[in-house]
Amino acid sequence: MTDPNHFVQIRHAQKSFGSLEVLKDISLNVARGQIVAIIGPSGSGKSTLLRAINDLDALTGGEVWLDGVQVNKSLPHRQYEKHINEMRQQIGMVFQHFNLFPHMTARDNVTMAPKLLKGLTNEEADALAKEQLEKVGMLDRIDYYPSQLSGGQKQRVAIARALAMKPKLMLFDEATSALDPELVDEVNLVMKKLAEEHMTMIIVTHEMDFAAAVCDRVLFMDRGVVVEEGPPEVIFRNPEKDRTKEFLRKHLAGAK
Amino acid sequence: MGLDFTVIPGYLDIVLLGCLWTIGITVAAALLSFFGGIAFAVVALYAPWIIRQPFRLVEWVFMGTPLLLQLFLIYFGLVQIGIDLPAFVAGIIGLGLHFAVYNSELIQTAILSVDKGQMEAARTVGLSRGQALRKVVIPQAVRDVIPPIGNNMIALLKDSALVSVIGVSELTLSAQRAIGATYRPFEFYLLAAAFYYVINLCMEWVQRRIERRIAISR
Ligand SMILES: Nc1ncnc2c1ncn2[C@@H]1O[C@H](COP(=O)(O)OP(=O)(O)O)[C@@H](O)[C@H]1O
Ligand SMILES: [Mg+2]
Repeated sequence: MTDPNHFVQIRHAQKSFGSLEVLKDISLNVARGQIVAIIGPSGSGKSTLLRAINDLDALTGGEVWLDGVQVNKSLPHRQYEKHINEMRQQIGMVFQHFNLFPHMTARDNVTMAPKLLKGLTNEEADALAKEQLEKVGMLDRIDYYPSQLSGGQKQRVAIARALAMKPKLMLFDEATSALDPELVDEVNLVMKKLAEEHMTMIIVTHEMDFAAAVCDRVLFMDRGVVVEEGPPEVIFRNPEKDRTKEFLRKHLAGAK
Repeated sequence: MGLDFTVIPGYLDIVLLGCLWTIGITVAAALLSFFGGIAFAVVALYAPWIIRQPFRLVEWVFMGTPLLLQLFLIYFGLVQIGIDLPAFVAGIIGLGLHFAVYNSELIQTAILSVDKGQMEAARTVGLSRGQALRKVVIPQAVRDVIPPIGNNMIALLKDSALVSVIGVSELTLSAQRAIGATYRPFEFYLLAAAFYYVINLCMEWVQRRIERRIAISR
């Protein structure tokens, strides 16, 4: 039924915080299985755009669609709550600061929502925890609390937690920015693996090498607009717009 | 007439029984104040205005008036409207609600200071606000205030002596009864004090154990 080329659609997204206009008429289509990187200077609205997709930050204008269903459709409050909770189950999100639940073990972090929302039995939940933690290489830490894990391990558990809901789409907001440099690779590796499994992903990142290696498309955002977009070869090697060139020059210089 | 502790063994059973009552009432009231405190905190923060306002009044009554008066009100006052509670039940309810209000203040502050990212992460996997509060935010908030809640529980133990005035034969009243029979106030008050001290130590021990157990999960 639904057009696989318009699996995720953002139509004329507009967002203001008071008088501050953070997103200015942004439109974006993501095909099923496609991986899109969003890059841009700090404060350009990348997080806000990502958070608008699952309505953590409600748009002030425009629409978000996932697999033929409008995420931010207008409904009476109660119905909307029910609708958005169902939509969010289909959209995994990974945060810069992990936001693992500190009072739960890795296992419970992964299974809490599926047990509560999908009524999994204990055996099913156990199998799910093992499956997802295995996938991110954290099976041997299944009964550890977040306080006993390194940053990279926490982030991998957070990814497993998101995957446990079997989402159709994964959102990553600078998933590796808070990590010590030596821990970045283990998380990137997990994301690469997801890419190989054709998970649809939107990834906000500062890591140009990673974006170039993994993503099908790169969006450069600045001051609330998409300045330029295209395949990574073009955006990174041959950008058209001056703003993109300047950002990349500064950023790549800063990274060295 | 010096101190004569040889009078104690003859009345030890009465005082020990009183001690058991004190422990029972304290534990029951502590549980009520703990779960009641969580419930009050949720009402105070999230209930609709129409419920929150009358609730404020109840809260003020429990914080702003003497516990003794509250016990009288629950034990003698409620009878007039047909609620005739056994004295120890009235005592548990009075102590429990009184300290629930204090616990609620602690828990409210703790709920508000749980990292915003926790609610967001819970909402992101599809939990409703209520589910996120119950599964994610409140358990963390409660963990954060175990030490001050423990202090409230010690205060509750001490204030449990007040239920003697509605005729519950707890530790203080039992000591008084023994004194009535022996005219030996110093010995029996000291004995009661020793029992309070031991219960106090036990409570602190439990509190430390809980704190150690949850240290890893914070
Ligand atoms: N909740 C908020 N209230 C007010 N302003 C906000 C809020 N969230 C973000 N902003 C502002 O919106 C702009 C874009 O923020 P953000 O989307 O976080 O940028 P990025 O992720 O690209 O660094 C910034 O100027 C930021 O200060
Ligand atoms: Mg950001």
